[in-house]
Amino acid sequence: MEFNENFILGCSAIGAGLAVIAGIGPGVGQGIAAGYGASAVGRNPGAQGKIMSTMLLGQAVAETTGLYGLLIAMLLLFVKPLISK
Amino acid sequence: MMPHMLLANANGGVDFMIHGIFSYEIFGQEVWITTSHVCLLIVVICMLIFFFAAGQVFKHAKAVPGYLQCALEFAVEFLDGIVNGAMGEKGKGFRNYVGTLFLFILFSNISGLLGLRPPTADYGVTLPLGLITFSLIRINEVRYNNLWSIWKDKCSPLPPWLPIWLPINIIGDCAVPVSLSLRLFANVLSGTVMMALVYGLLAKIAIGWPAALHVYFDLFSGAIQTYVFCMLTVTYIGSAIGDNEETVLKRMIRRSKEKKAA
Repeated sequence: MEFNENFILGCSAIGAGLAVIAGIGPGVGQGIAAGYGASAVGRNPGAQGKIMSTMLLGQAVAETTGLYGLLIAMLLLFVKPLISK
Repeated sequence: MMPHMLLANANGGVDFMIHGIFSYEIFGQEVWITTSHVCLLIVVICMLIFFFAAGQVFKHAKAVPGYLQCALEFAVEFLDGIVNGAMGEKGKGFRNYVGTLFLFILFSNISGLLGLRPPTADYGVTLPLGLITFSLIRINEVRYNNLWSIWKDKCSPLPPWLPIWLPINIIGDCAVPVSLSLRLFANVLSGTVMMALVYGLLAKIAIGWPAALHVYFDLFSGAIQTYVFCMLTVTYIGSAIGDNEETVLKRMIRRSKEKKAA
């Protein structure tokens, strides 16, 4: 069955949209981490600098998986690897 | 082709891709010089000028520092704090490399503010940085630990005569450069795409306020990704070295000297 190029482009677009759903995970996780960070600062306001850098470090690492989804979406939309040339 | 209608507008469209500038033939392969090369060259030249000026300042350092000397001392102490915090005293040898890495990634990420396409928005720049970290980790692991303790560590939760966990640990180790490089690349690329979307689609009304977006995407996100990359590099190298105080080679030399003395 020969698939024409427009069909594959359309399916790539749907795939790209589904891929970015992976952004839910880091959103929830980083929000919870920020909540714990805020309550830690509340308990010990003097350590705010250290708490903030630890929290930012942890959040940037947790963001990685959401970014993988964005990367796949951008690959599908702009590099269009599924179209055979 | 139809999809490009989405990206087209009257002013020339959204443009965040890498463009080839010229190509030449080498050994039968076609090699392109791209915008990434040009931006990388500009960033490196600016860094060299800055480092040369910093070297001159430190050569004629005064007891009561001027502005530039103060800022440079702050930067060096900050980098020392990162390296010593995660690695302790063994980290002295790594401070120069981690400092250079930090400043290179920071300058590259910030260069989006000055109109360049950041070199770190090209996977060909971040992957080698991740691979250099990976080779530093492996080399230091072998330098400071003998082979039996490396094997025991790789078969970790299970005893060393049951190497079921070995491939999983090896995959985890190989995931380190991939995740480091992809994290930096995807963050900087998404910032570049967002700014290109704003300047491309909202070109008529994008006057003044995109600076706030630049502050978030280029300065804040760029600085955080730099800090994360360097912290993770230092942490991984520190944990690969473990608790050993001296390298395997030095220990062998010391033991042979003790045997000769005894």
